[in-house]
Amino acid sequence: MDNILEVKHVSKAFTNHVALDDVSLSVPRGKVYGLLGPNGAGKTTLIRIINHITAPDSGEVWFNGHQLTGADVANIGYLPEERGLYKKMKVGDQAIFFARLKGLSKNDATRALKEWFERLEISSWWNKKVEELSKGMAQKIQFIVTVLHRPELLIFDEPFSGFDPINANVLKREILKLRDEGATVIFSTHNMASVEELCDNITLINKSHNILTGGVADLRRQFSGNTFELGFNGDFDTFATAMDGKVTGLTDMGPDRDGIEHVQFSLISPDDTRTVLATANSAIEIRSFNPVLPSMDEIFIRTVNASNQQTSTPPAL
Amino acid sequence: MTSALKIIIAREYLERVKRKSFIISTILMPILMLGMMVAPTLIAIMSGPEERVIAVIDDSGVIAPTLQNEGEITFRQFGGDMASAKANEDYDAILVIGRDVVSQPKGNVSLYTRGAPSIQTEDYIESQLDRTIENLRIKQYDIANLSQILEEVKVDVALDTFRIDKEEESATSSILSYILGTVTMFILYMFILLYGQMVMTSIIEEKNNRVLELVVSSVKPNDLMMGKIMGIGLVAITQIMIWAVLLIACSIWVMPGLISAASATEGNEGMASALAQLGDTGFMINLLVYLVLFLIGGYLFYSSIYAAIGSAVDNIQDASQLQSIAIVPIILALIISMTVVNDPNSSLAVWTSMIPFTSPMVMMARLPFGIPAWQPLVSIVILAISFFGLIWIAAKIYRVGIFMYGKKPTYMELVRWIKYK
Repeated sequence: MDNILEVKHVSKAFTNHVALDDVSLSVPRGKVYGLLGPNGAGKTTLIRIINHITAPDSGEVWFNGHQLTGADVANIGYLPEERGLYKKMKVGDQAIFFARLKGLSKNDATRALKEWFERLEISSWWNKKVEELSKGMAQKIQFIVTVLHRPELLIFDEPFSGFDPINANVLKREILKLRDEGATVIFSTHNMASVEELCDNITLINKSHNILTGGVADLRRQFSGNTFELGFNGDFDTFATAMDGKVTGLTDMGPDRDGIEHVQFSLISPDDTRTVLATANSAIEIRSFNPVLPSMDEIFIRTVNASNQQTSTPPAL
Repeated sequence: MTSALKIIIAREYLERVKRKSFIISTILMPILMLGMMVAPTLIAIMSGPEERVIAVIDDSGVIAPTLQNEGEITFRQFGGDMASAKANEDYDAILVIGRDVVSQPKGNVSLYTRGAPSIQTEDYIESQLDRTIENLRIKQYDIANLSQILEEVKVDVALDTFRIDKEEESATSSILSYILGTVTMFILYMFILLYGQMVMTSIIEEKNNRVLELVVSSVKPNDLMMGKIMGIGLVAITQIMIWAVLLIACSIWVMPGLISAASATEGNEGMASALAQLGDTGFMINLLVYLVLFLIGGYLFYSSIYAAIGSAVDNIQDASQLQSIAIVPIILALIISMTVVNDPNSSLAVWTSMIPFTSPMVMMARLPFGIPAWQPLVSIVILAISFFGLIWIAAKIYRVGIFMYGKKPTYMELVRWIKYK
């Protein structure tokens, strides 16, 4: 697969803690890649290394098939989580300033900015001072200056914080549009719903280690653990008696609005589907049968907890 | 110079120069400085002896007629005794003069006042009495034509000072050197402190509202720091250039008039030679060039310290303790400079004008006195070299510090940051 970015065995330590310990990951070109992890896991440090802001203690970062250099930063757009603007500066001047730092000429920057401002319907802000804008408005400006120079790789750290749902959707649409136009997006967030919605692949970092990597769809299947939901017409007790010993973790979900009874259970073996369904069919009238995919929220919590339990047992010396 | 650096410098410079506060302070500062120079004189004039009527009870009978009213002080002979003078509210003070005051002044003169007497009033009365009693005593010798003799022996000497260690003997005025040294040293002090702190507060502000995070995603931290220091430095130079133009215009139009006026006034040769030296263009240009060089050098040196401090803390309050790294040597330089203008060639003066922490101000204080030409040159070179060393360290601290929020770092941590990869 064509990877735009490869992080190879990167480690970084600060005075009192290790931020990254032998972290590797590959970001495929043209996809949205989720970089997840609890607070303080080392995500921001990794992003700063990718942005050539700090240097790793060991390990390498490859970008577009060569080792990352300072010049590559022009091909990266980074929207940091903690972000601000110069308060006293006018919006337009400020946007031009940031665009020129990314290597655009003043004229190109002005033209591209006017286009973006019109598209997001914020042209009237051009001559306002930043201190007159609300937080959400300022975020829009920051988003624009991050993507303006059409970088190949975009890194968004919590891009939707501070946005109302309408503007968050506008932003999502723009991000997906940029991806469709060929950009690769690294997306760091705690909002798992947006991960399910946007990301193709994820990496989960906890306590400076990469503890889970994969495609979002694959991972959800992998974590489903043979859990299914069955809807039927009939009585729960009848069903429970019939299924006794054939499935585990049988839970009554109660009837839905149409009076259809729902239950969830796990198969003892993945090959049991047919026999289980046959048994159920003879006891009640089946209306629906679906695998239950865990949410990214669940996967996140389960994986992080499991990894915490592992590391919290004292290591053998 | 990278293009990013240029863009940063341009932003720092233009954003400041366009601000109203810059324009106002550029105009107001000379007025304020002028005010500060004139104010002491004005205050002295204004706060002269306030209006006082003094009752004089003169038992000797020879003093009272010679006392002269001056300015606000009016002497009035009083016939009555002490008690009635006290009772009379018209008198602010009562001067009691004993019978034997001429032969035995001590203990024979007393002043009784309502409220505390001003020092000027006391001085004035004392000097009047001194003169009167002196005159009376001289008269007792009964010498013919005494007053004429006294008039003839009066003298007032003004020194013409020449330097003999220089190639051309030129008249110098140590008063002027003293004034020039003090003034230029204060200008340096003001600029280093003012603009150095501006670098610091501006970095803290950027860090505080998190613009830094956005900027460093496209610019190297080094460029950002250098850009800020250079941009703000250019603002300082702009300001001083505006003032220099004003000063030069002032010296072209006003100075010749002053010089001729001063020479016309008798007994003012010292003043005239001082003004003549001020009109000596070579001397002034030399001084101005060094002023600008030491201003740039001193500013760059201290602003790199300030930049490192600014990057290490989150707010001004936390900065105050770390700031002592910069403020203590600056104040020290100020104190040393004040003694140096009295003895510009002492070994303390020579050494401190070489050490980069104190050299800009101390050297500026010494320069007008005419010191060997190699000294300021060596001093500048030392300053430049130490600036490059210091900015390297500052950049290391800055690079780490701008991402550190929360706890205020200790000195040890700062040292550790320098070693980070």
